Amino acid sequence: MQVDTRINGCPVTLGCAAGEFLATTLRRLGYLSVKQGCDTGSCGLCTVWLDGRPVLSCCTLTARVGGREITTVEGVAEEAAAFARCMAAEGAEQCGFCTPGLTMTVLALRRELEAPDEEAINRYLAGNLCRCSGYAGQLRAIKTFLGVG
Amino acid sequence: MLHIDRHLFVASLDEAAALLEANPHSAVLGGCGFLRLGSRHISTAIDLSRLDLDFVRAGETSIEIGAMTSLRTVETHPLTASLAGGVLARALAPIVGVQLRHALTIGGTVAGRYPFSDLLTALVALDARVELYAGGRMALADLLNGEPRRDIVVRVLLPRDGRTAAFADLRRSATDFPLLNAAVARCADGFRVVVGSRPGRARRSPTAETHLADRGLDPITAAEAGRLTAAELSFGDNPRGSGAYRQSVCPVLVQRALLEVLHAG
Repeated sequence: MQVDTRINGCPVTLGCAAGEFLATTLRRLGYLSVKQGCDTGSCGLCTVWLDGRPVLSCCTLTARVGGREITTVEGVAEEAAAFARCMAAEGAEQCGFCTPGLTMTVLALRRELEAPDEEAINRYLAGNLCRCSGYAGQLRAIKTFLGVG
Repeated sequence: MLHIDRHLFVASLDEAAALLEANPHSAVLGGCGFLRLGSRHISTAIDLSRLDLDFVRAGETSIEIGAMTSLRTVETHPLTASLAGGVLARALAPIVGVQLRHALTIGGTVAGRYPFSDLLTALVALDARVELYAGGRMALADLLNGEPRRDIVVRVLLPRDGRTAAFADLRRSATDFPLLNAAVARCADGFRVVVGSRPGRARRSPTAETHLADRGLDPITAAEAGRLTAAELSFGDNPRGSGAYRQSVCPVLVQRALLEVLHAG
């Protein structure tokens, strides 16, 4: 199949098989910030934006992104770097494998929720799993980044 | 492993129905969030996403939700988020994460008749009706309890009747599939008491509903309604819990939900 889409603002024509998922396509194209974790829609590592909304690229059929805008961490590098500094300052990153997906969800949260409290942050980020940090450092970093609490 | 031979964006529901009828190995795509949980070979994937079925609309007596509307939209849209005390938003919030809820659709959930669904339990308590392409309109409860249908979900209709509802669930971890869920509602003609993930599909408890209709809702009848529900419905085992455990916690969930409705006034 040929799919005309946009990735990080650039028009792209993707070649893919029917049934191929977006995470696979993006990694083949070199967007290696998109991690493949559970591949069952559970862990959030593969989070990208589709038309500005966070989605799991492991569960998004590439055929369905025609005419839409895909954003990966590479497309929001400056903002992601600002968040990364907050993470580093809090010692919130260990292996780092979950960080790109977490970053995409945090940046989406920043756009969607105004002055979220801790409970709202936790609810919004419930779909991003981290197997080594324990979340406390991440939560501190997110609050600093968002300028709340 | 998922295998799709061809992916077609249909231009009409007629075309979708013809494709579905023509090939027993064709399938209508919903949000595709659960496709990867199993192994499946789909010869023709029928995609409705260009049919303008992504909407939430207010009618005079009901709210209409298009089949391709995401669960996140149902969770956050002003019409549905506030309906019946916010029971839909409450039921949807534990479903994995915002990202998956952006993908999953209400039509896919209804068509899938998922026994573990939190949304379906809440929708049955709201007396949701479903519009099918060939089958017309029917109660969601009848769709869930009837034989599987090879049809297309077009929209879901929710009555706007001022009912109060509440949802309660038990999970092994926050975003896991529910071990058991319950939704209750108080409406003009009585009560709805629904329990899902038993692990069978969501079912009403007529005995508990009659008890509440006859005696009214108070802390004592709420507790008794929970016991009646546990006695009336069947419960089974799966890796998340035994049937006996489910039956034990059922009264507590039903009672909690009923007390929430009681305190909501």
